[in-house]
Amino acid sequence: MAATTLASRIRTRPAAASRSTDWRFRYFNWFCVSVLVVFAAIWIIPLIWAVDTSLKPDGEIATNPTTWWSGHFTLHAYRTVVNGGNIGTWYLNSFLVALASAVFAVVICSMAGFAMSQTRFRGRQLIFALIAAGLLIPSQVLIVPMFKEFNLVHLLNTYWALILPSVAVPICVLIFAAFFNGIPSELAESAHVDGASWFRIYRTIYMPLTKPAISAVFIFTFVWKWNDFLWPLLVMTNPRTMTLPVGLSQVSSAYGIQYAEIMASAVLGALPLLVVFLLFQRRIVEGVATTGIK
Amino acid sequence: MAIQTLPLDAGAPVRAATGHHSRRREDTRAGWGLATPFLVLYGLFLIVPTLYGVVMSFFNSSLVHNGLGGFAGPDNYMEALKSSDFWSSMWHTVLFTLMTVPPLVVVALVLAMFTDRLKRGRWFYRLIFFAPYVIPSASAALIWTWLYTPQLGLWDKWLTDIGITPPNWLADPNWAMASVALMTVWWTLGFNFVLYLAGLQEIPRELYEAASVDGASPWVQLRYITIPLLRRTTALVLVLQIIASLKIFDQIYLMTSGGPNFATRPVLEYVYDIGFTDFRTGYTAAASMLYFLVILVVSLTWYVINRRQQKEA
Repeated sequence: MAATTLASRIRTRPAAASRSTDWRFRYFNWFCVSVLVVFAAIWIIPLIWAVDTSLKPDGEIATNPTTWWSGHFTLHAYRTVVNGGNIGTWYLNSFLVALASAVFAVVICSMAGFAMSQTRFRGRQLIFALIAAGLLIPSQVLIVPMFKEFNLVHLLNTYWALILPSVAVPICVLIFAAFFNGIPSELAESAHVDGASWFRIYRTIYMPLTKPAISAVFIFTFVWKWNDFLWPLLVMTNPRTMTLPVGLSQVSSAYGIQYAEIMASAVLGALPLLVVFLLFQRRIVEGVATTGIK
Repeated sequence: MAIQTLPLDAGAPVRAATGHHSRRREDTRAGWGLATPFLVLYGLFLIVPTLYGVVMSFFNSSLVHNGLGGFAGPDNYMEALKSSDFWSSMWHTVLFTLMTVPPLVVVALVLAMFTDRLKRGRWFYRLIFFAPYVIPSASAALIWTWLYTPQLGLWDKWLTDIGITPPNWLADPNWAMASVALMTVWWTLGFNFVLYLAGLQEIPRELYEAASVDGASPWVQLRYITIPLLRRTTALVLVLQIIASLKIFDQIYLMTSGGPNFATRPVLEYVYDIGFTDFRTGYTAAASMLYFLVILVVSLTWYVINRRQQKEA
């Protein structure tokens, strides 16, 4: 690799910091900062513009759609959306579905991950093969047979239609198994000699040591279910059982050209996870970076 | 990176073999017991639908009646392969992937490399670039549809101000896909950006210090130290991004509904349209399988390359 040869070559030379290179670094750092500031501005403008629009009266938007300042900033649009629509119900549906999915995923995938990592049971290789195969199958290609399946058992338009398919996620089992592999097996060994059952070892020794994996799987499942669109769009057709994204997909036809109301809905839809992200920024980013799940 | 070290083959640490027969039996009972809840759900909602989908693709199934319907043999597949609607939806999916993958990888890499050089304020850029990724597609689509609105939208105003005639964004068949791609770059760049930041942190600082002593310019350092050492991260970002882009549905459904005049309809929306408005589930299952093959080829290619790299290392 080029870098390593370069580095080893450098180490053999006498260390002499040359002043002549300093200016290049100064200018380059200025260049980096300028590029970042420009991109950061581009990235933040759509969000600020959405908030700005949502706070203006509709009449003003119609006459002056692209002015940032308004003399009459108002929360009128938010009142209309909250009182007139179903957004409260959608919030609740999304929250319950995301929470239940995340809790079930943590419990069930960690149990399976523990079994794969710590017990040498017969048939383990077969299950590993099945799980690895499952990694390759995107849920999107299963929508048609899955829809027929849920139709058959009359679970369409229920929370179960959203929760059940998102609990047994292969990648989550692998995350837990990888994490359990990193825990010294002497722990399980000695507890076993003392007569503890496998379930007890899992629950009282291993799970408390697994907090990073638990939070990664919990956050991943929660965010995924909160933002999931295609499957909820198919199975939740009743406005009372819709999740937030499905509900939001209908607001532009409901509000027509009342842009303040449309942007208020968009902002309300974006707000909960943005707030959660602001509060837990480091943990969420670490979870994404260490697991790389999308 | 954890995903590359996940135990895809049963490579768990082997505990000291006790050799006791009873121990082995107890392990088997405990293992199956702990894995059963997962296996039941996995079977019901992954294995069964997959097999059902494969079987269904060979029958004239329909959404309006139960059961499989008459046997169709390979007819569904032949029909899909001859259908110009199917092929154009495949092409739109690939086109979207070609339009989004390069900027989502290159811009994320450049911004992450620049952010990594900062002494202070890294959290700020991480916050700004990752924030759009956590908002639902429906919110992002509403915001960008408003930005793209002809005459009233902010982009139109800005382009007009600098003397450029704005295109008719989402309503122009030649611009609709590019408009959705642009919105997608804004919406999902943060994910790749964060993966790159994590990769950058694993590069030892001494390498840069040593290179500076030797008089290597910042560009040379990025070119010969940073980018080569990020090769594994780039491979991961690339494959995750290709697969994510091939699954395009949300933004297009929400912003153009596949239009104007089907000019942006991706495969998943084709499946959605035929399966849930024409109710032809057998044919739809066949189209889904063909689409699945494309994704499978990408995943397996990456798996093979990754395996080879690990063996070399």
